[in-house]
Amino acid sequence: MFFFVLRRIGVMLLTAFALTFIVFYMTNLPPNLEKLAKSEASVRMSDEAVASWLDENGHSGSVFLRYAQWVGIAPGWVRLEDDGTTKGRCIEAGMTPEEAPRYCGILQGQWGFSTVFKQPVSEVLGRSLGATGWLMFWVMAVMVPTSLLLGVLSGMREGSRTDRVLSTFAIATTATPEYVSGVILIAVLASATAGVSPILHGWGWISGKTLFPGTATSAMENITFMNFALPVATIALYGIGYIARMTRASMTEVMTQQYIRTARLKGVSFRQVVMKHALRNALIAPFTVIMLQFPWLLNGVVISETLFNYKGFGWTLVQAAGNNDIDTLLGCSVVAVFVVLVTQLISDIGYVFLNPRIRLA
Amino acid sequence: MTDTTWDPSKPILEIENLSISFFTRLREIPAVMDFSCTVMAGEAMGLVGESGCGKSTVALAVMRDLGKNGRIVGGSIKFKGRDLTHMSEEELRHIRGSEIAMIYQEPMASLNPAMKIGAQLAEVPMIHQGMARDEAWKLARQIVADVRLPDPDRILNAYPHQLSGGQQQRIVIAMALMSKPALLILDEPTTALDVTVEAGVIDLVKDLGHKYGTSMLFISHNLGLVLDVCNRLCVMYSGEAVETGNVKDVFDKMRHPYTQALFRSIPLPGADKNSRPLVAIPGNFPLPHERPTGCNFGPRCSYFAEGRCNAGDIPMVDVRDANRHESRCIRIEEIDWDAPLQAGKVFEKTPVGRVVLKLDDLKKYYSVSSGAFGSGSKKVVKANETLSFEAREGETLAIVGESGCGKSTFAKVLMGLETATSGQIMLFDENIQSTPIQSRNVDTISQVQMVFQNPFDTLNPSMTVGRQIIRALEIFNYGKSDEERRDRMLELLDLVKLPRAFAERMPRQLSGGQKQRVGIARAFAGGAKVVVADEPVSALDVSVQAAVTDLLMDIQRKNATTLLFISHDLSIVRYLSDRVMVMYLGHVVEMGTTDQVFSPPYHPYTEALLSAVPIADTRVIKQRIVLEGDIPSAMNPPPGCPFQTRCRWKGKVAGNLCETVMPPVRVLEGQHQIKCHLPDDVLANMEPVIKIAAE
Repeated sequence: MFFFVLRRIGVMLLTAFALTFIVFYMTNLPPNLEKLAKSEASVRMSDEAVASWLDENGHSGSVFLRYAQWVGIAPGWVRLEDDGTTKGRCIEAGMTPEEAPRYCGILQGQWGFSTVFKQPVSEVLGRSLGATGWLMFWVMAVMVPTSLLLGVLSGMREGSRTDRVLSTFAIATTATPEYVSGVILIAVLASATAGVSPILHGWGWISGKTLFPGTATSAMENITFMNFALPVATIALYGIGYIARMTRASMTEVMTQQYIRTARLKGVSFRQVVMKHALRNALIAPFTVIMLQFPWLLNGVVISETLFNYKGFGWTLVQAAGNNDIDTLLGCSVVAVFVVLVTQLISDIGYVFLNPRIRLA
Repeated sequence: MTDTTWDPSKPILEIENLSISFFTRLREIPAVMDFSCTVMAGEAMGLVGESGCGKSTVALAVMRDLGKNGRIVGGSIKFKGRDLTHMSEEELRHIRGSEIAMIYQEPMASLNPAMKIGAQLAEVPMIHQGMARDEAWKLARQIVADVRLPDPDRILNAYPHQLSGGQQQRIVIAMALMSKPALLILDEPTTALDVTVEAGVIDLVKDLGHKYGTSMLFISHNLGLVLDVCNRLCVMYSGEAVETGNVKDVFDKMRHPYTQALFRSIPLPGADKNSRPLVAIPGNFPLPHERPTGCNFGPRCSYFAEGRCNAGDIPMVDVRDANRHESRCIRIEEIDWDAPLQAGKVFEKTPVGRVVLKLDDLKKYYSVSSGAFGSGSKKVVKANETLSFEAREGETLAIVGESGCGKSTFAKVLMGLETATSGQIMLFDENIQSTPIQSRNVDTISQVQMVFQNPFDTLNPSMTVGRQIIRALEIFNYGKSDEERRDRMLELLDLVKLPRAFAERMPRQLSGGQKQRVGIARAFAGGAKVVVADEPVSALDVSVQAAVTDLLMDIQRKNATTLLFISHDLSIVRYLSDRVMVMYLGHVVEMGTTDQVFSPPYHPYTEALLSAVPIADTRVIKQRIVLEGDIPSAMNPPPGCPFQTRCRWKGKVAGNLCETVMPPVRVLEGQHQIKCHLPDDVLANMEPVIKIAAE
């Protein structure tokens, strides 16, 4: 088990390097850098001026060397200016070249400086991840129990009326992407002119103009049911349908297995057959799916946060991408890669505990 | 929970005129019609028939577990005087597992893979007797010891996949015995197991039957097993019981043409492919919705009388001068049941020609890693060790052994699906041991062909039968034009005795036996000189087996093909092979002509194997040798002789020779080879395992 985890971590690191390199390469393509130079220095720069600005700020040279500097496995660039001062990647303002560390990359905790937020990237990411963490927590808390319950209920008696009703619901939600369900939710529940809000307001049941607020900005300070229900529902709905379908398929298959017949003919009651014999076997497949939902949630988070103006990870990512904020974008990608790989590791290890047939060396 | 009103002299189970149907969207399909049988206390009732005859449906009906589509449409099932057909789910739940328990065909599939053995066993008394958990585990431990499993504590804490097939089946039996049921239903309990393991399980079932006084309903297609286990027997055909009676009566004085035909189609000792060939039952099993009027067996019966047998329903009648012996035949009084079997065709023994295939010291090792994710130490599995033999033209060489003995690996190496680790395979005068199938030339490929075990999976489901055979011909570069190949394809259909119209059919429209014929036609398409038949009939029903075996022999006679017949069924091997090779853990432990191998001196493993085969003949007296334990893993074979861990003769060898030294191949008289340390005088004094009592 120990060696297995060790090996998996080794593979993970390799994958992480490969993925971040791809992102680094894409964000540091010449047009992006030119845009960066023009936005940082002057919009009316000549091509020669752009080239020399990039050169002076360490954006020229081999992409591999720049990547290594960014990661922090190669010494940061150092340059003697014409005026006798020394500039360098690791030399911050008010620091002499002698005091500055040789390496300053992701590994040393130097995530760079955000050009959009005018703040170090680590601070931007820390704040936005905190906000997104809450969102994801509530999404999972709603999505996982609901979908497993739906899946097991519809899978235990295939073809029954319960099964058909629940399956219809699951298919409908999973066929609706977040940007559609988000808009529908806003139109129905959080619009002053459409949906149920004007009617309820007309009856005098709600004091405000809308039933739910259309933004979740206030949830940054204080999460309440009212300001968080819609963003959470937007992300969770799609996942509920998807996981419920998976659980149902797995459950119906398990219910036709011979060991279920054995249990039934042992005199075990239907309830116990489902709870004791079927459930654990049926959860093996959905477990992987649930773990795969974590990285996918990042994707849902982008849409939901932008839609409800909730300043979390997704919102930051959109801002960074829209404004050519290379350091923030790279920081976001590191976080995303990390989340994906760690959930995969957890999923593999958890699978072993659920399925005794898998044995690790 | 014993019903106090029940009188032990009354039958435990009484099924009367039971009819079961399955309902599909199209029609009602009657699966069982007018079925009656009674099981007395302590009695073992055998239910025999081919697949699709409804025997498992009867068993599930007793459990009232027919699924969504199945329904009991008539008759009653009385268990201890109470009618099961009218019970509520709740009442049934109290009977299932506590008074009627069931043992299934596939032990691996019928145990919950994610629950410990102990928990699955302990559940039964916890549900039915409300026993406390600790007490239930204690009882489970005792029953596990009762079914003769070693180290019960380890087994209780194991998961099903950690046990071997035989151990799993013992656990299923233990589970059924947890609450001492009055009736035990065994649905083909040993079909998935190897013969020596089967013998152990059958022994156990018989002993436990005596010990607990449990009545049994034993479902099997194997007549030999039924003779071994049961007191009474019911033969089923196409949803009906056709003959019921005491086992001895039915075996010796059968009174139904189907029973008679069934016995004539199985290879019993004395049958021989040349002098006394098997008689296959003509025709096919009728589909449930295409049953004829009158006698279901009529169209295939050699005693069929037009206008009488197909006039109306045939009732069950008592056989004269017999005790509880009934038969469903209208001509029971007219047929001369003791008439000897009309001698069929008698064939000349085919002359054996030149050497076609020669193996010299062939070895095949696999290196495997022990971990699920490829880590851990590499281990070597010695699948084949020092295989040396010759096979001649027109000869049938049988390769016998239990699963894991390396017989399929050998077939793969010969076919080129794997390459040999060392040694030589000479096909005529060409070395083929290290040429994989992709780089073999067309000639070699068409000369070495294979007939597979499972005809259901080896035909492409979306191609017509004719097209599949033509495809083989194309690959073998046969013929110049499509017409020529088409003609050849039709000839091949004639060869395997299928109507030419079958060329246009899809595989799903064919029965198992017909599919296997197509497989044979395909194998012989390129004029194969060597055909490897890997258990070609073990997936087929007994009556079809005879026909397919006959066909193989027939083609062999015509083409002088060398047939390598891989099988675990010693009865059929004895019937059709010229020479036999017995394998154990990758080693050839014995090789010789069929007579040499089937009579003493034996290799101790061959002896045990022979003793384990159930024979459906009341005259046969067998020496009972039950092997202890399981086959050792090929990954970790025992030192010295591979069979030493289970050998009962080990004491006769001086010192610890068996544990330390691999026995050399000894050649006895007549090229009979045995790999054993036993001294000559012990070998010479071995008793035959199978004796036929004087009549």
